[in-house]
Amino acid sequence: MTFELICFYVFASVAALAALTVISVKNPVVAALSLVLTFFSMACVWLLAQAEFLAVALVLVYVGAVMVLFLFVVMMLDVDFSVVREGFVRFLPVGVLVAAVMLAEMLMMIGVRSLETPVTEDPAVLAGMSNMEWLGQTLFRDFLLPFEIAALILTVGLIAAVTLTLRKRTGTKVQRPGLQVMVKREDRLRVIKMDAVGKGEVGP
Amino acid sequence: MITLAHFLSLGAVLFCIAVAGIFINRKNVIVLLMCLELLLLAVNTNFVAFSRYLGDPAGQVFVFFILTVAAAEAAIGLAILVVLFRNRSTIDVTSIDTLKG
Repeated sequence: MTFELICFYVFASVAALAALTVISVKNPVVAALSLVLTFFSMACVWLLAQAEFLAVALVLVYVGAVMVLFLFVVMMLDVDFSVVREGFVRFLPVGVLVAAVMLAEMLMMIGVRSLETPVTEDPAVLAGMSNMEWLGQTLFRDFLLPFEIAALILTVGLIAAVTLTLRKRTGTKVQRPGLQVMVKREDRLRVIKMDAVGKGEVGP
Repeated sequence: MITLAHFLSLGAVLFCIAVAGIFINRKNVIVLLMCLELLLLAVNTNFVAFSRYLGDPAGQVFVFFILTVAAAEAAIGLAILVVLFRNRSTIDVTSIDTLKG
C-alpha cells in the first residue's frame, strides 16, 4: 500500500462521513459546514487524480462562494426546523434501501470492467505541460463557444437571482437622480416681463 | 496504486448518500439543495477520473462547465427559497401544493 493510496482512503472516508453528516444532522448550519468539509476532501481527492486546476476551482467556487451563500440564507431565514424534520424516520428505511441497492449495482458495474485498469502516466505530463496549460489549451481552442455561453449563463443567473429577491418598498422617500438630471431651466426658472420703475416714482 | 475503480467507487458512494439524503429530507428545501450539490460532486468525480485515465482533457473541461451551471443553479435556487419563505413563512416542500388540481 503506497502513501498515495493511504491518502486516498483518508480523504475518501472523510468525504463520505461528512456527506453522511450533511444528510442526517438536524441543524442546517452544521449540515452546511459538513458540506464544506466534503468539498474540501473531494478537492484533495481530485488533486490525487492530478486535476490541480479543478481542485483549486472547487475550493474557490464552492467553499468560497456557494457554501457561504448557503450559510447566509440558512442564518437569514428564521425557519422552524422541527416542522421540516417530520417524516425523517418514516422515509429513512426507504431511502437507505434505495441507496444500498443503487450502491450495490454501481459497485458491481465498476467491478466488472475497471478493477484492472492499468495506471497510466499523467496525460498532461506526457504532453509536456502543466495541468492548467493542458486544460486551458483545450478550453480555449475546442470549447471557446461553450465557454462564452457559460459566461452568459452566469450573467443570466445573476440577473435572475437579483430580480427574484428584489423588493419594492412603498411609502419611502428617496431621491431620483434620473429626474434630477433631466431637469431643464424652464422647469425651475420663470422670467417675467415688467416695466422698469424708477426710485422716485415708488410710492405716493 | 490508485486505480480507476477507486475513484468510481468513491463517486458511487457519494451519489448514493446524496440520493438517500433526498429521500429522508423530503421536507427541507435547504438540505435538498445541498444534496443536489453532492450529486453533482459525485458525477464530477467520475468525470475527473475518466479524464485522467483516458488522457482526454474534455472530461475536465466538462467538469468546469458543470461547476458553472451548478453555481448559477444554487444562486437561483436560494433566491427562490428566500422568496418562498417571504411569502409562505415556511420552507416545507409538502405545503407548496397551490397548483394541485
